[in-house]
Amino acid sequence: MDFPYLSIIVFLPVIGAILIALLPQADPRRIKFTAAFFTLAVFALSLSLFFMFDTGLEGAQFVERASWIPAIDAQYFLGVDGLSLPMLVLATFLGFIAVLVSWKIDLRVREYFAWLLVLETGVLGVFCSLDLLLFFLFWEVEILPMFLLISIWGTGRKEYSAMKFVIFTLAGSAMMLAGILLLYFHGGTFDMMELAGMGLEGAISTLLATAIFFLLFIGYAVKLPVFPFHTWLPDAHTDAPTAVSVILAGILLKMGGYGMIRVCVSIFPGVSQDYAVLLVALALVNIIYGAAVTFRQRDLKRLIAYSSISHMGYVLLGIFALSQVSMTGAILQMFSHGLITGLLFALVGLVYDKTHVRDIPQLGGLARRMPIIAVVFSVAGLAALGLPGTSGFAAEFLVFLGSFKSTLVDGIQTYTILGMVGIVLTAGYILWLLQRVFYGPIKAQYDKVTDANRLEQFTIISMVAVIMLIGIYPAVLTDIIKVGVSPIIASLGL
Amino acid sequence: MTVGLEHFLILSAILFSIGLYGALAKRNAVVILMSIEIMLNAVNIAMVAFSRYGHLITGQVFAIFIMVVAAAEAAVGLAIIIAIYRSRETVDVEKFDLMKW
Amino acid sequence: MPSGVPLAIFLLPFFSFIVISFIIRPFLNSKPQLSGYITTASIGTSLILSLWVLAEVSSAPGHVLSMPDYEWLAIGDTVIRFGVTVDALAAIMLIVVTSVSLLVQVYSQGYMHGDPGYSRYFAFMSLFTAFMLGLVLADNLVSLYVFWEGVGLCSYLLIGFWFHRPAAARAATKAFLVTRIGDFGFLAAILFLYSKTGTFDIGELHHLALAGAIGGTVLTWAAIGIFSGAIGKSAQFPLHTWLPDAMEGPTPVSALIHAATMVAAGIYLVARMFPVFASSLTAVTTVAAIGGFTAIFAATMALVMNDIKRVLAYSTISQLGYMMLGLGVVGIGVANDAIPLEVGLGLGVAVGIFHLFNHAFFKSLLFLGAGSVNHATGTFDIREMGGLRKVMPWTYITFLIGSLSIVGIWPLAGFWSKEGILDHAWDHQTALFFLAMITVFMTAFYMFRVVFLTFAGEYRGSNAGHSGASAHAPSLRESPLVMVAPMGILAILAVISGWLPVSSFLGGESESFFGALAHPIAWVSMVLAALGILLAYALYSAKWLSSESLRRRFAPLHTLFSRKYWIDELYERVIVVRVLVDGIFVLLNWFDTRIVDGIVNGIAGGTIVAGKGIRRLQTGQLQAYGIAIFVGVLAIVACFLIFG
Repeated sequence: MDFPYLSIIVFLPVIGAILIALLPQADPRRIKFTAAFFTLAVFALSLSLFFMFDTGLEGAQFVERASWIPAIDAQYFLGVDGLSLPMLVLATFLGFIAVLVSWKIDLRVREYFAWLLVLETGVLGVFCSLDLLLFFLFWEVEILPMFLLISIWGTGRKEYSAMKFVIFTLAGSAMMLAGILLLYFHGGTFDMMELAGMGLEGAISTLLATAIFFLLFIGYAVKLPVFPFHTWLPDAHTDAPTAVSVILAGILLKMGGYGMIRVCVSIFPGVSQDYAVLLVALALVNIIYGAAVTFRQRDLKRLIAYSSISHMGYVLLGIFALSQVSMTGAILQMFSHGLITGLLFALVGLVYDKTHVRDIPQLGGLARRMPIIAVVFSVAGLAALGLPGTSGFAAEFLVFLGSFKSTLVDGIQTYTILGMVGIVLTAGYILWLLQRVFYGPIKAQYDKVTDANRLEQFTIISMVAVIMLIGIYPAVLTDIIKVGVSPIIASLGL
Repeated sequence: MTVGLEHFLILSAILFSIGLYGALAKRNAVVILMSIEIMLNAVNIAMVAFSRYGHLITGQVFAIFIMVVAAAEAAVGLAIIIAIYRSRETVDVEKFDLMKW
Repeated sequence: MPSGVPLAIFLLPFFSFIVISFIIRPFLNSKPQLSGYITTASIGTSLILSLWVLAEVSSAPGHVLSMPDYEWLAIGDTVIRFGVTVDALAAIMLIVVTSVSLLVQVYSQGYMHGDPGYSRYFAFMSLFTAFMLGLVLADNLVSLYVFWEGVGLCSYLLIGFWFHRPAAARAATKAFLVTRIGDFGFLAAILFLYSKTGTFDIGELHHLALAGAIGGTVLTWAAIGIFSGAIGKSAQFPLHTWLPDAMEGPTPVSALIHAATMVAAGIYLVARMFPVFASSLTAVTTVAAIGGFTAIFAATMALVMNDIKRVLAYSTISQLGYMMLGLGVVGIGVANDAIPLEVGLGLGVAVGIFHLFNHAFFKSLLFLGAGSVNHATGTFDIREMGGLRKVMPWTYITFLIGSLSIVGIWPLAGFWSKEGILDHAWDHQTALFFLAMITVFMTAFYMFRVVFLTFAGEYRGSNAGHSGASAHAPSLRESPLVMVAPMGILAILAVISGWLPVSSFLGGESESFFGALAHPIAWVSMVLAALGILLAYALYSAKWLSSESLRRRFAPLHTLFSRKYWIDELYERVIVVRVLVDGIFVLLNWFDTRIVDGIVNGIAGGTIVAGKGIRRLQTGQLQAYGIAIFVGVLAIVACFLIFG
């Protein structure tokens, strides 16, 4: 067996968490540096995988396989392919960023960073597992740290939001577990790759296949989130501490989209095709309804949370337009949105940190006092509205292009054009937000606020750099993603 | 009249019923505890009787186990009751409602 | 010519942007003038390279140079390649962009002197120039769209340059949003064309359109989609509202972006895609109708504006309408087979772009003149000017030349290109021709209204009345050489640019210097223009007629024009605020919090209530549980005894 890269990547954060738990509470600096060291090491490792990845090969690479529970044939089966590698890199990058963003935490520092690292292990495990049971296990691992992080270090109605998050996620998980068990009983294995390759759909009745598909779909739809399962998101985002918002928007939502592609579409290409119109319509609701509701938000964080719902609609559209380009676009959109919205939340955190205000009408003219934050906020906002040269454009363009050209979904052209209304609406709320928060004459109470310090500048500018890189040369990622997408497209009979 | 197995079992059942009545109907925690001891001893009688008439040593072994457990239980139970009495100044079980809704 | 030259034309200003924003601004902020020098030098070099490209193109067969392209993205059979296109159209546009940009940068060094955002200004200007050059050079629709949005971004940044002014911030947002509505159609058209043809390459699309390989309906819809992008960018009706507000930006920005180059990108786009348009009669009729209508529609509003820059802004919209009209009417001729295809394609581009070429010079000249006036008086309101001819002779002369040129007086530049448009309108679309003729009269009137109110008579500035002229006099003087020199050069260009063989180079016809005077249409339009000038003179200089009584007589019309037909109110107050943000969106937000989230909280609340009810069964009394267990055991035993 080769060097176990993936096991190390997945479990290094949790080792870091244990180490942090053993450090003295009185020394927050050492705790923070330990956390930063471990997340940076994980990021470096995943980046090295990124460069070692062979873009000529379909299927999983860096595979690790061991028997786990022989009685039910569950395996410890890790591996990454073109779908999961970008997500892995994104998750490790944002994990590191989240530690930097939390530098100012001073309440129960040791527990905070320990939970943050446990959370990272959970999400990394989801993206690496190729065994459904293991996947489910990691999926659940992430909930507890999230609950504690929101309910202890959050603001506002934090207990309510944390509980709402947990209940929604668990409800989805229950559906998903039912789906996974049905898959196991009818497919005889937990191995995702084997399930995807065995043509299970043909072997079981259509009704059963549809039922399993939707059980799984709802589990992921809660996470993505898809209308009408989205209302936990604004609450959780608004009340979570900044770093948790970054991870929530940046990685946790992507688990939903990833699951849809990895499990729903891969294993049930036929059902996906049958219900594509319905799901694409749902995507449009997400895009337009999400954007419309965004316009009415007064709280900065809530506004960005709702914009996430709208942007996740593009992911759903790209996935269920069922073409290679659109699905590549959907994954690129997940990556891009993770960066952009993660950055936006980090910036909102900074603004809140300096002004102690998140209510938009109370803000104004901040560009005068915090030029760097204003510039980066503008760049992130413009990326969110899909300006060329940023990753947002590359992703949305691919989604639209692929959807428009798709041959498997009836009337997809009309749906795509309707979905494109979203880019106008997005421009509307983003520019309005910039105008109200940063432009205009500065209000007297903000005369003393300061700009980002060195560490904060480093954090936000490194994110901008990645956003621009992907925007200018998306082939960096799409060359990898398309390798992961092509077997799925092949199973659709294209 | 020879004393047969059924006599032991009847005694055991009577003792058990008395114990059960005491455990369910009394409000004094000490009495309840004593009633539970009676129930355990009723079981012991039945065990030993079966052992005697069935020619199996297992029943007697179990009876000793039960006595050990009963002694431990009585010790712990009394300790709890004393602790509760110290804080609440009563041993009436219906007044122990701190954890009730 | 090395194939890197067109690329270098684009990259030079881009590097200037990089250098300014990442080296000068953070580390050399004490020497902001460096930014101005770097920008000017890089754009100057681009201009020289553009001239080289022009020379190469004019000697190349068919006026086209083939250039290599590079793969940007490949997914399955979808491959997007980026390259440059170098043909007559691109070469002319390169010259326009680099030359106007260069002169504006020189001028800006005077105009923006001492502004705290000096470096930022030049960084944005460099970036804009780079994107505009990239837009011109783009050889496929994706890269064209990328730069198209890029120039829109720079426009946004520069309109909002003085972001602390609420009006500027609002205008910037508005400009971006309104153009984005047009871009929505443009993007849809790109995807639509791609889904039907499988290519983004403009050259291939031309071939396919002309060969009839694309269906008629497809072409019409695609052309209309592309045109909607052009409507947004070139501020044509009904998406014209952003351009007048965009005047909140610094004046040189208005000259470069909102007069000469970016707003003309819409014209360029239609010209670039002309074969697609000319294959559909519906599409070209739409172009001509929107263009012709916008020309007169914007002119009516220019008649009554009191802000010199807003007059010029409406004038720009109107002139852009002319260009669209020119493209459209030739297209109608082609689509009706009145003009042979091989002639018509070059002719249409020539008619539209020739006016764009001339307009770029005289309109940027007019804007720079307005900036110069503002530099001296500190206002843009023409009611507070007057008599500036004496203090600012150079500004006056150049402004006058620009005005005569835009009005279309022989032999100035505007004459030549406007005649081309009017001629073809007469040939192919008579109704629009009459609209265009009326617009000629209006143009003359509003331009000379500005000239007379600004430069003739006595100074009426607010300081002139109470504190005496002497208090304000020191600032009332001619602008420095760095500002006047570019205006002088542009004035020369505004005279002679019409004499250059641009039209024939692009594939159109050219007229001899005096031969043009043989056309009756030329005379009619010049007489109309003269009448317009005369009316302006009578009202505002000689005061034979009272402008006040005229206004009272036409009060309803005056109100209609000066309130801009209430279109801004319709869009912003009614559609955006009433219908959307305070209407539908409120409803949806209510639905979200009350219904969707309400159901969630309802389920949670229901569970809690149910739990509260049911937990009464749990008394907490172990003895009660014990009785229940005992009864249960008895029941089970009884069952066994009875049924067992």
